Amino acid sequence: MEMRSPLGRARGLGSAKDGVAHWWAQRVTGVALVPLSLWFVYTAVSLVGADLDAFRAWSDEIGNRLLMILFSIALFHHAQLGVQVVIEDYVHNEAVKISSVVAVKLIAVALAVSCILAVLYL
Amino acid sequence: MASGKRPLSPHLQIYRPQITSVLSILHRITGVALAFGAVLLTYWLTSTAYGPEAFARAQALLGSWFGRLVLFGMTFSLFYHLANGIRHLAWDAGWGYELPRLRATGIAVVVAAVVLTALTWVWAYAAGGA
Repeated sequence: MEMRSPLGRARGLGSAKDGVAHWWAQRVTGVALVPLSLWFVYTAVSLVGADLDAFRAWSDEIGNRLLMILFSIALFHHAQLGVQVVIEDYVHNEAVKISSVVAVKLIAVALAVSCILAVLYL
Repeated sequence: MASGKRPLSPHLQIYRPQITSVLSILHRITGVALAFGAVLLTYWLTSTAYGPEAFARAQALLGSWFGRLVLFGMTFSLFYHLANGIRHLAWDAGWGYELPRLRATGIAVVVAAVVLTALTWVWAYAAGGA
């Protein structure tokens, strides 16, 4: 039974129907981040105090570049999805809410691409 | 919507904090913290593109006492969010909703986060990062 009024539908109120995709993407990126973030901790500790030469030696191992790129993609996607939910929960002004969500999406893409480019540029 | 003096249901601060609610909000807080950590990661990685001095500056900044304090918080946040995230995945699979189990997995998550954070930092200092 349709419980929504025609006026509500015309105004675009109600679900945007993308909640399930959001939920799934959060889980899939989360699962990917289980091994990737453990690998990242190992990597970060092994690069404590490294200079740029040591960092380049690390990146000569192609697997390290691959994993850092995969980690960046999963991390920023997961972070964007999570921060979006936090904004939607606490920001009640519609204009501020939508612009914050859009801003976070754009920033996430920009930062993820920066990380990927930096790793490829090494 | 919130007009007049209609009675409201009790708000969050009325309830006594419980392990379930505290760990739930901690999952969100550590998640937001890690999002800021991702910005730090970007700074660290992109500094390599600006040459050895820029990278050395980034390493020195992250290795300063303040940098270490932030990274320590990030380490705990990561391990907590990771462990509790696995707890969330178990819930998604329909496992672990019984109250005793909910409590046990919650304690396990906190213990795991504390132990892994400690081990990581002991290892980092032992590996010559002092």
